[in-house]
Amino acid sequence: MCGIVGICKLQAGRDVDLNTVERMMRMIRHRGPDETGIYLDDQVGLGHLRLSIIDLERGCQPIHNEDQTLWIIYNGEAFNYVELRRQLEEQGHRFYTTSDTEVILHLYEQEGPQCVERLNGQFAFAIWNRQSRELFLARDRVGIRPLHYTLHNGMLIFASEVKSIFAVPGVRRELDPVSLDQIFTFWTVLPGRTAFRDICELPPGHYLKVSRGTVEVKKYWEIPIYGREEQLDLPVEALCDQIRDLLIDAIRIRLRADVPVGGYLSGGLDSSGVAALVARKFNADLNTFGIRFEQENFDEGTHQEQMVSFLGTKHREIWATPELIGDLFARTLWHCEKPLLRTAPVPLYALSGVVHESGLKVVLTGEGADEVFGGYDIFKEAKVRQFWSRRPEALGRGDLLEHLYGDVFRDPRTRPFLKSFFARGLDRSDDPLFSHLVRWDNTSRTKVLFSSELKAAVGSVDSYEAVRRSLPDRYGQLDVVGKAQYLETMIFLSNYLLSSQGDRVAMAHSVEIRLPFLDYRIIDLAARVPSRWKILGLNEKHILKKVLGPVLPKEIVARRKQPYRAPIVNCLLSGRQRDSAAEMLESGAIRRAGFFDAGKVSRLLEKLQAAKNPGEIDSMALAGVLSCQILHRQFVEDFATGSCSAVRPDMVVDKRSGVTVAALA
Amino acid sequence: MNVQWEIKAYIVDNILFGDGERLEQDVSFQESGILDSTGFLELITFVEERFGIEITDSELIPENFDTLRKMSDFVERKMGARAVA
Repeated sequence: MCGIVGICKLQAGRDVDLNTVERMMRMIRHRGPDETGIYLDDQVGLGHLRLSIIDLERGCQPIHNEDQTLWIIYNGEAFNYVELRRQLEEQGHRFYTTSDTEVILHLYEQEGPQCVERLNGQFAFAIWNRQSRELFLARDRVGIRPLHYTLHNGMLIFASEVKSIFAVPGVRRELDPVSLDQIFTFWTVLPGRTAFRDICELPPGHYLKVSRGTVEVKKYWEIPIYGREEQLDLPVEALCDQIRDLLIDAIRIRLRADVPVGGYLSGGLDSSGVAALVARKFNADLNTFGIRFEQENFDEGTHQEQMVSFLGTKHREIWATPELIGDLFARTLWHCEKPLLRTAPVPLYALSGVVHESGLKVVLTGEGADEVFGGYDIFKEAKVRQFWSRRPEALGRGDLLEHLYGDVFRDPRTRPFLKSFFARGLDRSDDPLFSHLVRWDNTSRTKVLFSSELKAAVGSVDSYEAVRRSLPDRYGQLDVVGKAQYLETMIFLSNYLLSSQGDRVAMAHSVEIRLPFLDYRIIDLAARVPSRWKILGLNEKHILKKVLGPVLPKEIVARRKQPYRAPIVNCLLSGRQRDSAAEMLESGAIRRAGFFDAGKVSRLLEKLQAAKNPGEIDSMALAGVLSCQILHRQFVEDFATGSCSAVRPDMVVDKRSGVTVAALA
Repeated sequence: MNVQWEIKAYIVDNILFGDGERLEQDVSFQESGILDSTGFLELITFVEERFGIEITDSELIPENFDTLRKMSDFVERKMGARAVA
């Protein structure tokens, strides 16, 4: 796991400046503290920061092929590299390291861009062909590893994180109005966008080619969609066997590393299942890590403790107190590079710090199981609302929602309101976005705080329409649960969970996460499992519970899914954070940034300070406004490349005209 | 005292943070996305305290509360009933 940066001139001309590449690299030192390397010629500059996990001795990058025409910088893992290497050796390729990086390079040499389809893993990489003068960038299927780029001044500039792109002199730094509109709707941006104007993210499952001055972006993988007749018509036990075998194999190859691999343990089904399979099948001496909350409604400590004593893992936990969340909110945003309507990424940022202190670099997590096997309430909500939509007058059908949202329905005073709230849009059950419109409309209420300038800048852009347009033709073949899963995977998983709650907060402390449930073979198999086995009645992840049942305590399998959440208002507006929040949110600062209406923000603050139980929307609005203000300060007003310590490259390959020797610093 | 005006002022100040343009008297709170369940509870608590009425759980239905007009009509009925009692 690593960080990559690069500059490619679209037309030959002056060579790439070594200092600029170094400046880009120093911004993301956290991604690769172990080794650094640079490649330069008259057209490109590539920089690599390494977190050594495989081939600790010889894996320093950039890595080249036999005749040094191809050069690669690589962030990630191809877990099936052992098998791929064997095939490539048979085809005559010769290797000088035992790293997976070199395997990818030779696979590209052998198969061209299609090589990405052979990779099972999580990756973002760049390959430069100095003979044909072609640059190839690629990103893994679901977007576990990040890769950003922009076109500036006749150059393609790319990097694992946006802050490296901003380190190039002259690149404009500005939050993007349309992206803000999307974040205050979907909790994140849509694929391809970032929070910043003119800075793109290569979407998951895509590659990018630069050739003869043109840039081409191409999709190579699509979230799988199978029509009813293509689904697996097998007894549920046979399906369970297939899933179990594949899951064990997905874990097996994700334990490939030359350093120890630990695990995150929330006490929920997914992370407990992964930890149990690791401990039972591969490594009984497992290190696990968990998050605790003082507030009972957020805490899963009892279940974590149960799993720890059940598996006998060496467990460490952090207490995500309101002070800790408040203190680390700004630091977390620096790494996420996206406004947050939630604080849930912050405890994960702290958790990776504990992993790092424990001397570990790699952890397995249970992320992805909810999307793949149907774990979220929104899937069940969609199912109930569709059932209800067939007879909207049958209010009893809406009562089923009480099973899902017992907590909020418990108050008899709001129950009738809530029911009619979920009845909104029942007449739109044929809308492709039916499952998510209630949630997105609800979140959009936060936009009441937008300034008139921001509203004008967003203009008539319709983000729902942008989602509808991006859906493939086959989307219509999915049932209501399948559609909801698709939207959740495309938007929330790729652009929020794997980013703000995934790579960014883990790599902030040089920790690599590995996600067995997002092995593409499992995603594909699960897509062929009929929805009824995923959510049986209103029992979420039914089939996964059957698969994991034999290796877990009964209580862990039987417990209701508890969404991972963290408190907001008391973290951001009290304790040590109070003064800095007040400074960021005072009217002058709000007006200077220009995104929000200063008067409305003041009213929101007054209300939240007086509220005993702040509402969901007001809480999200606070987190959203404060995080925009902080990002504006960090990346626009006070962006400083000098604050990061300089990089002294372990290797510089300098092939610029006039520079003849490859230098080892 | 104008009940509807006071309810509107409360919503504009506390829920819309000063943005009252959308709030015509027949705009549905739910359809227009003005209220969520917390906002709804805040509003009911305000109405009970400000106008000195008690609203039973069975009265908390959209027919009584979904627009400014419905809400003020309902509150005025309750106040009238209290005055008679």
